[in-house]
Amino acid sequence: MNKAIRDLVGEAEPQQSKVKLELPSIVENGNAVPLTVSVESPMTEADHVEAIHIFNQKNPQPYVAVFHVGPRAGKARVSTRIRLADSQRMVAIARLNDGSFWSDSADVIVTLAACTEQ
Amino acid sequence: MPRVLINLPERATRGEIIEIRTLIQHPMETGYRLDGNGARIPRDIINRFACTYNGEEVFRAELFPAIAANPFIAFSTIATRSGELIFSWTGDDGQTQIESRHIIVE
Amino acid sequence: MRILLGATLALLAAAAMAAEVAPEQRRSGYDFASPQVRAMQDDDTANPGMLWVSGGESLWTKKAGLAALSCGDCHGDARTSMKGVAVRYPAFDATLGRPIDLEQRINLCRTEHQRAGPFGREGEDLLALTAFVANKSRGLPVAVNESPELKPFSELGDKLFHRREGQLNLSCSQCHDDNWGKRLAGNVIPQGHPTGYPVYRLEWQSLGSLQRRLHNCMTGARADPYEYGAPEMVALELYLMERARGMKIETPAVRP
Repeated sequence: MNKAIRDLVGEAEPQQSKVKLELPSIVENGNAVPLTVSVESPMTEADHVEAIHIFNQKNPQPYVAVFHVGPRAGKARVSTRIRLADSQRMVAIARLNDGSFWSDSADVIVTLAACTEQ
Repeated sequence: MPRVLINLPERATRGEIIEIRTLIQHPMETGYRLDGNGARIPRDIINRFACTYNGEEVFRAELFPAIAANPFIAFSTIATRSGELIFSWTGDDGQTQIESRHIIVE
Repeated sequence: MRILLGATLALLAAAAMAAEVAPEQRRSGYDFASPQVRAMQDDDTANPGMLWVSGGESLWTKKAGLAALSCGDCHGDARTSMKGVAVRYPAFDATLGRPIDLEQRINLCRTEHQRAGPFGREGEDLLALTAFVANKSRGLPVAVNESPELKPFSELGDKLFHRREGQLNLSCSQCHDDNWGKRLAGNVIPQGHPTGYPVYRLEWQSLGSLQRRLHNCMTGARADPYEYGAPEMVALELYLMERARGMKIETPAVRP
């Protein structure tokens, strides 16, 4: 995950502010975990979020989604549902139109089911 | 054709920020699962979702296998003028499913 | 996983006598699910089960079979005609002389009235139609009949529910009557009421029927599951619906 983040931000250090990554702290099934990411921004032509990148730590791939928003969005807030193979940390990084990066992270505990199908 | 559910208001006032919620039926096969014989089930996901509003793209998402099956995506856009919103979902096979909705903005 | 299960079950086996869930203590699986799962069920714009309900809505008006009839051609607007139907199933079918579940009823309409081939159980079309029909009873209380002709079948269901089976030598009752509310691995054990079927189960990442869930439970106990549509399955469905009498239908429910 760290390498994937580095590939995105290059030398920059994302500031841990403006972004809010909301996930439940514990889930009973990792197959459909609700995720909402929002960024404080006026979302004007002059000052807006261009993209929000979501990363995970322990799934086979670090990438989860990239949301391209922009001034037409009104607000930078996207919700989806993700799959988590195991308890892990999630990271959201927002890129603003001025090239700056901002981030937030959240830890999720995934409990395992007892009576599975197979 | 995978089933789709799209929720957005039929009418809005100019400048209002509206929330759009979408659901599409799709297994989002990750490519990491094994079948009964131990063979890998090939990846088959929706990798791109986009929304245009009167022809201009207002939202786009790149999706990876970590997105849950039957993908749910909720986003917002500013109600600018009456017109057509077009939603498209593109799969790994290159096929795109398109749905359109009308909005009245006053 | 197996070691954990074995240890837990050793405790269960040592535990107790069959203690039926007292009527005033009956709670839906919804009450045992996490806030996230409940939120997913409550919101029709986010509930994945609604994709199947919407599919059923399209199928309702689709003409089929040699008779070239759609469900709607006979039954009109499902919002009125199908309201209160799912609560009565499994229902006794006089011709067959035994109870049938909602899926079988839909297939009977399909073969006898539409004169088309039956839908496969757990197939997309049957799931969609069943979800659509059952959804029209959402909020209504379960009200299966208690007629004398159903008695031998519900007694069979009762017997099967209390019978130990499989390598783990577990009965449905031991978990769902005696130990509901307690945890088995990461999940809370529900009481096993069928109020939300067909259900979107996160484990399946898809919608599935009550019989699929029963199938899973039996595989979980390392027992040989009954075939889909088998009389034992319908008997169990009947018993479970009787046990849930008065509880509200939630279709399409979301469960972990």
